[in-house]
Amino acid sequence: MSVVLVDAGGTNIGSVRYALQRLGVDAALTADAATIRAADKVILPGVGAAGPGMARLHELGLVELLRSLQQPVLGVCLGMQLLCAHSEEGGTECLGLIPAPVRRFTEAPGLRVPHMGWNRLSVRRPHPLLAGLGDDDQAYFVHSYAVPVGDWTLATADYGGAFSAVIAHGNFHGMQFHPERSAAVGARLLKNFLEL
Amino acid sequence: MLSRRVIPCLDVRDGRVVKGVRFRDHVVMGEIVDLALRYRDEGADELVFYDITASPEGRSVDRGWVEKVARVIDIPFCVAGGIRSVDEARAVLHAGADKISVNSPALERPALIDELAAAFGVQCVVVGIDSLRDTDGEWRVRQYTGDPAKTQALSRRTLDWMVEAQQRGAGEIVLNCMGSDGVRRGYDLEQLSAARAICRVPLVASGGAGAPEHFRDAFVEADVDGALAASVFHSGAIAIPALKEYLQAQGVAVRRIP
Repeated sequence: MSVVLVDAGGTNIGSVRYALQRLGVDAALTADAATIRAADKVILPGVGAAGPGMARLHELGLVELLRSLQQPVLGVCLGMQLLCAHSEEGGTECLGLIPAPVRRFTEAPGLRVPHMGWNRLSVRRPHPLLAGLGDDDQAYFVHSYAVPVGDWTLATADYGGAFSAVIAHGNFHGMQFHPERSAAVGARLLKNFLEL
Repeated sequence: MLSRRVIPCLDVRDGRVVKGVRFRDHVVMGEIVDLALRYRDEGADELVFYDITASPEGRSVDRGWVEKVARVIDIPFCVAGGIRSVDEARAVLHAGADKISVNSPALERPALIDELAAAFGVQCVVVGIDSLRDTDGEWRVRQYTGDPAKTQALSRRTLDWMVEAQQRGAGEIVLNCMGSDGVRRGYDLEQLSAARAICRVPLVASGGAGAPEHFRDAFVEADVDGALAASVFHSGAIAIPALKEYLQAQGVAVRRIP
C-alpha cells in the first residue's frame, strides 16, 4: 500500500510520518501531483493558519488535484479545515470537499482559546474510521477554529458545546485533533484510516 | 470536557535529564528517551524539555535528541532552550516538537513572540516566565535562570509581561514560580491565581509540586490548565497513574489510560 503525505509546509509532517512508521508504513513526503494521484491513501497534515495553508496549496498547484482525488483522503488539524468549504480564519475559501464551515471558538469564562489538551471523543455516527473507539477515549487537540456539528460529523468533542472532532464526506475524512500525538487512541484511528 | 494536563518536565543538560533544587545544583536523573518513554507509558499528558543551559551559553537547543524523542513518543511535547529566531524554532518544530517555548530570548527581544506566532500560529508558541517575589511584594521576572551565575533580576513585573506576551501571540503561558520550585511545598497558588485572572490562554503551573494535593489545589483553586513537575516524578515520589486516580476522585477531569 502506498501512502503519501502532502507536503504543504505544516510543521507536524515529521510527527505524522513517524506515527505512520510506528504502524509499519513508510509514507512518502511529496508535493508531486503524479505521486499523489497514484497513492492508495493521501494524508494532508498541517498546522498554522488557513490563509497561508491554502495559499501554499495554490502555489504548489495542488488545489484542483486534491479536488479530483477518488482514494481515501485524511486531513489532520488544519489539513481537515482546508478540506472544508470556508474558514472564518482570514475569510479563507478552502477546498470545498466537505460542505462544512470552520468557525472561531468564542472565548468565555473558563473557556480558553486555543483549545489545547486532551478531550473525550463521542461517536455520533458509526464509521469504519472509528472502529474500536471506546467511551472514555481521549485525543489531543490544539486549535482555535472548529467545525460545527452537521451531517458531516462522525464524532464530537465538547468545549463550550459540541464541535466536530472527526468528519467525513464521501472519500474525504478529517480529524481535528492530532492522531500522531494521541497515544494509543490516535494510533488506532490512523490504522483505521489505513485500512479503509 | 477538556482534561487538566499532568506534565513531567525534563531539564536537559548535555543530552541528559537533570534536576536541581531552586534551579541550582543539578544532578543527573537519567537518559532523555528512557524517561520520556516511561512517562508516556505512565499516562503523562504532555512532556516539556528544557535545555536549561542553552540560553545562558548563547546557543540553541540541540536538535538530535528532539528528533529521537519525536520518533518514539506519541504524546505532545514542547521544547525550550535558547530559541532566538524563527529559523531556530522551525528547525526544532521540523525535528518533531509540537510546541516551542521561549523565555530569556523573548525578554531580550519581545518581538520574537510576534514573529513566531506569525510564522507558526499561536498554538505552537509557549512563553515561559520565571518569576520571583521581590522584597517590595511585587512578582518580577528573572532571566537566564539556567545558570545561577548569570541569572538576572529584571524590573519587569511578571503580570505585565504576561499581558504583553499574550498580546504578542503567546498561545500558552508556563509560569515558573521560582520561590516554590524544588522545595515540594506546593504550587504558588496566590501568584497562579493572580496570573489566571489575566491569562486568557492556557496557563501551566510550575514549581513546588510535592504531593497529589498540590496538583488538586493548582487545578481547583488556581484553575490552571496544566501542572508541571519534575523531581517528584523523576524520584518516583508521585506515580502518575495514582495521581490521576486521586485527581479524578477529587472531581478533576483527567485522562486515564487503560
